[in-house]
Amino acid sequence: MIDRVIRWWRDPWGQPRLLQLFVWAYIAWSLLPVVIAVQFGFNEGRSRSVWQGLSLRWYFTDPELSVWNDASLMAALTQSLKLAGLTMMVATPLGVALALGLARWRGRGSKPANFLLLLPMATPELVMGVALFMVFIYLFPFIELGTSAQLIGHVTFTISYVVIVVRGRLFAIGRDYEEAAMDLGATPAQAVRMILLPLMAPAIFASLMIAFAVSIDDFVISAFLSGGAESATIPVRLYSSARMAPTPALNALASVLLFLTLLAVAGAALVMRRSRDRSGARGSAVEEFARLS
Amino acid sequence: MASAADFSRNRTWLWRALAAPGLAWLLLFFVTPFYALLSVAMGRLDPVFSSAEPVWNPIHWNPAIFPEVLGELFGGRLGAIFMRTFVYVGVASTLCLLIGYPVAYYLARHAGRWRGLLLGLIVAPFWINYLMRMMAWQNLLAVDGYVNRFLMFINALDAPRAWLVGHHETVILGLVYGYVPFLILPLYAALDQIDSSVLEAARDLGAGPVRTFLHVTLPLSKQGVMAGVVIIMLPLFGDYYTPSLLSGSPRTRMIGNEIDLFINSGVGGATGAALTVILMAFITLLMAYYLFTVMGAARESQR
Repeated sequence: MIDRVIRWWRDPWGQPRLLQLFVWAYIAWSLLPVVIAVQFGFNEGRSRSVWQGLSLRWYFTDPELSVWNDASLMAALTQSLKLAGLTMMVATPLGVALALGLARWRGRGSKPANFLLLLPMATPELVMGVALFMVFIYLFPFIELGTSAQLIGHVTFTISYVVIVVRGRLFAIGRDYEEAAMDLGATPAQAVRMILLPLMAPAIFASLMIAFAVSIDDFVISAFLSGGAESATIPVRLYSSARMAPTPALNALASVLLFLTLLAVAGAALVMRRSRDRSGARGSAVEEFARLS
Repeated sequence: MASAADFSRNRTWLWRALAAPGLAWLLLFFVTPFYALLSVAMGRLDPVFSSAEPVWNPIHWNPAIFPEVLGELFGGRLGAIFMRTFVYVGVASTLCLLIGYPVAYYLARHAGRWRGLLLGLIVAPFWINYLMRMMAWQNLLAVDGYVNRFLMFINALDAPRAWLVGHHETVILGLVYGYVPFLILPLYAALDQIDSSVLEAARDLGAGPVRTFLHVTLPLSKQGVMAGVVIIMLPLFGDYYTPSLLSGSPRTRMIGNEIDLFINSGVGGATGAALTVILMAFITLLMAYYLFTVMGAARESQR
């Protein structure tokens, strides 16, 4: 035993077993609690901490308290989906256009614009939430707190993600294709529409999915801009009912949120990988995501 | 034949037009809110309802609230909360670093063919809602939960403990659990960029694994450490949901809880706004320091 330890120590390029153990322990620690939380969503009984057998009671069958039958839980799910869907539809076109503009526009104003773009990502959500709350209460009172205010808040912090995804793809495409198109007589607008947009399609799809995932995941902005119980999203609901003797239906609701997010992310990763495979680029989509976040 | 420069000059209007809507959106809904925030913080108090009333003209802004709030933060009513926030953030980031560094190091140097899978598993928490991850600990730390049962099983506890009521260690556990993944990725990126021939050189020149690590790897990864710590400190200073979900007691309140209370209670809007501005100023300093050192290091490496 001691002999082996010494051998690991002497062999600098071998596998450091202790470190390996630590990493797997870390991964277990980081993911097992969530797996257990998902499991309690399938609990037979009312407890969220003691396992009492498998059932779909808290998803469908309980006539009053299940996600399917409790109107307030269903409302949170609909609100989350509605908000994420709308955010995706608004933020992606804005972000794609902005990315195109910023990637090709070199001149006065482009540097501050790039800087402005990074700020929402560096601002803590609490600060942004309070600032948006103030602007809707005092300066734009015609936009009521609730879905429209939440949508505006979500789009604001999602645009940067879209721009970063799309801009990466734009740099990879380069300028040759559009310049060739214009040498052959296309106008700049035609070159964008007929050459760049089709080439950017995978990145646009990926940013749709990422916008969806980022929006559906948000808590702070949704909470500060919610107009009341009827505009509570799933995370807001997780926060507000955590202290009110919740049932496993809350776990089920959180799990639904998890499944939806993972679906969006997997879709984005798949499309990005396929497009990379086709263009012959190496490296995994996961690494792309790692760099993104 | 027109040169490429001509093309880009001719097309400038198009790129500007494409960028315009997005930039207008950011000006309207990102920059303007901060102006509103300042206008509320330095505005008036309604004499009847004592609610905040914004003053839109910057000439009439009254900054008197800042010394007042700063006085409360340093030694006043908010003093304890202010100190606690720093202690929580300090302890949590240190623990995050102690856990995150070995993981990132292994991932960058030793993962081999497992790298893709490991990276996927380590990135996974990014896509799990933060509140769900806290809820998972609510389940585990419940009085009849798995943690108490395990600790009683190994005889570390005689009776179940109420972990979720006002315990500092629970809140710190939650913060570390919540933010480690955000630290690992920038660290991994930095460690991955270290040229392995530099390490081989150190070994060839007779340095042992410990010395190689201390004198080569660690200094070379300093920027990644800085980046990671700043990245988790930004949300850590603005956190309020972790203490309220995992403790819910005034004993574990952070500065974010105070802001949340001021804003959502309806009274104290101006104080809440001023606190937010102070938090933002502090965070800007942190960012500026970080950018300053990063740029300094970049200039150094170009020489």
